[in-house]
Amino acid sequence: MERSRLYPKHFALVLGVSMVLFIICLLSSLAFGARWLTLPELLEGLKPQQTDSISANIMEKRWLRTLFGLCCGAALGIAGVLMQSVTRNPLADPSILGVNTGAALFVVCGMAFLKISSPQEYIWFALSGATFTAIFVFGIGSLGRGGATPLKLVLAGAATTAALSSLITAVMIPRTFVMNQFRFWQVGSVGAGTWDSLLLLLPFLVVGALVAIFCAPGLNALALGEEAARGLGVKTGLLRFIAAMAGVALCGSTTAVAGPIAFVGLLATHVIRLLLGPDLRFLIPMSALSGAVILTGSDVIGRIIGSPGELEVGVVTAFVGAPLLILLAMKAKVRSI
Amino acid sequence: MIMMNTFTLTKTTKTTDPIAFIRLGRILRRRRWVLVTGILSLLTLALCAAMLMLGNTIYPVRDVIAVLAGEEVKGASFAVGTIRLPRMLAGLFAGFAFGVSGYIFQTMLRNPLANPNVIGITSGSSAAAVFCIIVLQSSKTVTSVVSVIAGLLTSLLIYILSRGHASFSIGRLILVGIGIQAMCNSMITYLMLIGEEHSLPAAVRWLTGSLNGVRMDELPSLIISCLILVPIICLLGRQLMMLELGEQAARSLGVRTDAVRVMLIVSAVILAAIATAITGPFASVAFLAGPIAVRLTGAGSANSIPAGLVGGVLVLAGDLVGQFAWTTKFPVGIITGIIGAPYLLFLLIKLNRRGDF
Repeated sequence: MERSRLYPKHFALVLGVSMVLFIICLLSSLAFGARWLTLPELLEGLKPQQTDSISANIMEKRWLRTLFGLCCGAALGIAGVLMQSVTRNPLADPSILGVNTGAALFVVCGMAFLKISSPQEYIWFALSGATFTAIFVFGIGSLGRGGATPLKLVLAGAATTAALSSLITAVMIPRTFVMNQFRFWQVGSVGAGTWDSLLLLLPFLVVGALVAIFCAPGLNALALGEEAARGLGVKTGLLRFIAAMAGVALCGSTTAVAGPIAFVGLLATHVIRLLLGPDLRFLIPMSALSGAVILTGSDVIGRIIGSPGELEVGVVTAFVGAPLLILLAMKAKVRSI
Repeated sequence: MIMMNTFTLTKTTKTTDPIAFIRLGRILRRRRWVLVTGILSLLTLALCAAMLMLGNTIYPVRDVIAVLAGEEVKGASFAVGTIRLPRMLAGLFAGFAFGVSGYIFQTMLRNPLANPNVIGITSGSSAAAVFCIIVLQSSKTVTSVVSVIAGLLTSLLIYILSRGHASFSIGRLILVGIGIQAMCNSMITYLMLIGEEHSLPAAVRWLTGSLNGVRMDELPSLIISCLILVPIICLLGRQLMMLELGEQAARSLGVRTDAVRVMLIVSAVILAAIATAITGPFASVAFLAGPIAVRLTGAGSANSIPAGLVGGVLVLAGDLVGQFAWTTKFPVGIITGIIGAPYLLFLLIKLNRRGDF
């Protein structure tokens, strides 16, 4: 008989590899950009109390960008896990379910009618838009027999996205200034982050992560099925509500400060689940880590490809993530979908 | 609908002979189809006439007819002949094309939510067109040709990827389509970002679908492809109805499912892509037309033509509303998109209550 494990198989290995990747991403995010730093310069820049001119400036900008990317990635990773386990649905991702578009619609309306222009104002509009859309799509997708099957949710999300996008365009067309403001927000980039927006994101990230970890055992029980979870003493309705709210808050606040970034949650969760199995107590923190790695890595790739400018990270993640979705669709037991 | 039909049937037939019962049902359905199609055609004609007559200056019917007959009428010749006629024809045929192709996808995939927009076929066309407008700054003709080719390639890619090694699956097709769409959309977003400010409105208008600035010399490709493909689709109507019963049932009824499906997909994609190339995608027309037509004529008829007519009516009416209802002139794609949203809600709730999705 096999000895029962406290940790999933390969946990130490996966954790080690993730940490190494994390450090590589961190360093390369500091090193690459419009001006590539050499290794000595990088090490020099890592030392504290550097005050002299250019390289200190560059380092500060890149530190900001890197930290911002890491936080956004972690938030999206956790949001992905939460949404997938609340809906018990492998394809739940803020971008696929139209939550991003909902946030975008509210932000555009804010820009057009209430003249908002700073991240501090965007965040509340994006959050409420994300919440409404999430409730709407989940509500529609889970009515009827069989509950929320992946295909139902995806279709409801896609159709809602289509309808909301035409509303966005309707608001935008008569107003060129909104179109200009919006197209920079819409693409999803970590380059525009400021210390202020980082500070804005942090409380959401911390609270969301704590709630997620707190919910993990209950969500594990929920994965066994509604009745089994209730039998184990989980208040399923309350648990779902709290976990879903945490997920929406995480992805909504990220969307508000960085714009819609697609597929990070999907990618992070699936890679880790493939390696570690479905135990959420490990899946949640590891997805946060891998989300951070994926987002920062994509950002570095975007900076290298788009050099001397940059390719926005939202574009890179879509091009990495969409093939994964297609692969999942090809591999999945489509009958259940 | 079927409930209602059987109800009228039991009222009108005292006989219990099943064959007479079925035959009568057929006649009634046929009669209803003809009636609905006739009314839709009349409505389309009326809207066409309104499109020609209304505008900054309202011309009476007499002048419009005179212009159409080729006579020179002062003022009216330019306004009606050069501006309103191409606009009307483009709306009519593009609406028709979107309606038919949407109906085919919905019927073949047996899912009212599956339409060229949602499953990402038009997104390929759109991405290519935006690339042409913003990066290459190419002419309208080149943009159209490239976007048609891109639409065909995208749907080919989606079909190949969703075939897999096992047999064809609808769920897989939809998911693959949404994946491809995500990639195309992120490309569009990126292109919009690097674009010059002055070419943006053109690109946005193109992405939403608009009849503004359609010229007469762009129309022949659309009209010809409609005239060739719509009869083919009508000929395949029976097979399409059998495909709707499901892969295995269709096969055992003697339908060569793969061949028929490929022909239908190719026709529908060409129609949608050419219409997209000229007017841009009209959100929701492809998605609304099929279900409306089916509700009007009842299930169990070949509904390609009514679906096309409904598409035409939607586009023409939407354009009239967009032109005259507000002080800002909205492109028709916005109007149809906004009409689509509540209908979508209704449809999803109804489908869910019935339990088949």
